Amino acid sequence: MFVALSTVLMVMDHKYDNLASLRAGLSLIVYPLQQIIELPGTVSDWFGESLSTRRRLQEENDSLRTQQLMQKVQMQKLASLESENIRLRELLDSSFEVGEKVLIAELMSVNLDPYKHQIVVNKGELHDIYPGQPLLDAKGVMGQIVHAGPYTSTAVLITDTSHAIPVQVNRTGLRTIALGSGTINRLDLPYLSNNADVAPGDLLITSGLGGRFPPGYPVAVVEAVQHDPGRTFAHIVAKPTARLDRSREVLLVWPGETPDVESDVSVETGAAPATESDTLVETGVSPATESDAAVESSATPADDTTDPAPAEDPPAEVTP
Amino acid sequence: MLTRHHGGSGVIIVTFLIALLLTIMPMPDWMRYIRPDWVGLVLIYWCLALPERVGVVTGWFTGLLVDLLTGTVLGQHAMALTVVAYLTLKFHQRVRLFPVWQQALTVLVLLVLHQLLALWVSRFIGRPAPPWYYWAPSVTGMLLWPVIYVSLRTLRRGFRVI
Repeated sequence: MFVALSTVLMVMDHKYDNLASLRAGLSLIVYPLQQIIELPGTVSDWFGESLSTRRRLQEENDSLRTQQLMQKVQMQKLASLESENIRLRELLDSSFEVGEKVLIAELMSVNLDPYKHQIVVNKGELHDIYPGQPLLDAKGVMGQIVHAGPYTSTAVLITDTSHAIPVQVNRTGLRTIALGSGTINRLDLPYLSNNADVAPGDLLITSGLGGRFPPGYPVAVVEAVQHDPGRTFAHIVAKPTARLDRSREVLLVWPGETPDVESDVSVETGAAPATESDTLVETGVSPATESDAAVESSATPADDTTDPAPAEDPPAEVTP
Repeated sequence: MLTRHHGGSGVIIVTFLIALLLTIMPMPDWMRYIRPDWVGLVLIYWCLALPERVGVVTGWFTGLLVDLLTGTVLGQHAMALTVVAYLTLKFHQRVRLFPVWQQALTVLVLLVLHQLLALWVSRFIGRPAPPWYYWAPSVTGMLLWPVIYVSLRTLRRGFRVI
């Protein structure tokens, strides 16, 4: 009877989503267990913070100050570029979101099934986390939330075998899908044909198609491209830019929601991925300036539609 | 009689909780792959020792907790541990009389069965085939069985859980 019950549970959990609330409720039961496991780390963190010497704190303070200064300079550059970009895009009559609302979460140090690339973060439904929400770290996209409990939520990493993420080659604008390989430092790109313009070192960014991940965040760097003449598709392997197995702080993003002006946290944390996508903004500018010239010279809308920025291509593509 | 029954439940629950904690304890990478199935081992012990108190129902609920903790499909470990508990109950009178090394072999069979059922489920929902060392936890579980058996027996006798 219990076997039948578990079978029903498995089918319902896998095929339909109506167990989400049950899972959220039950995750409250296991929350104390996760907290107990977390305890030694929390205690040692607390001791480390409260017992660190004055000199070390001062050194850390100094280094953080210089870092902040450098990032401020970069931010200034970024701000001017961003406003220029928005102005140019307004000329092209296309909308462009300035930024996204973000929240910092911490990983909980619990081990899950070693054959699934999943992590637990210490924010849940009480912080408006929802299943399907993108998860980033300072270097790039990490994954997305699969189960959101009240206080904790489970996220699947982009390298899990069940995960696929729509990406775009930053250099050429070529769109494809990156599949998780089951190895923590590898993504597979199986759907690019042999004559596709991809080279090792190319940066892959989120394309925003599918509507789940915000466009323009770095995902991976192409590591190897193998052309096998006997096959239709090239064998391409990429390395995720996010430190999937080392990051402790992660960013949760609400795509499409602009940050509140008064919340300093979102601005500060927005700096880290923004500097990464610095290159993106620059490349986004160059086609726009070209068409800007076109607007000035001829002012015919036909010219504008021929060379828009690659990220703004509207065709609806089927993404899993 | 009745009071003694109630008295021991705490010990059983605590051993299961410790097993659950050990299941999600952070470990170095290589140890994650040989981490024994603590919950399965504790369940088998209590099924052998107190078959009239710990059984299929306990197996199902602890399995559900394992599913929640490790992020697998709800019911995967619940079903597997239910079957393990059922088989242990079925053969408990015979297995109890075995010497410890023979018990360990029986435990190996039960743990492999647990992993096999879990593997079937995960294959069924489209997960890829795991490497050969997927089976390593069963072997470490078998090697640990004498230790677990002796320590849990000492615990049970110390607290007079009957």
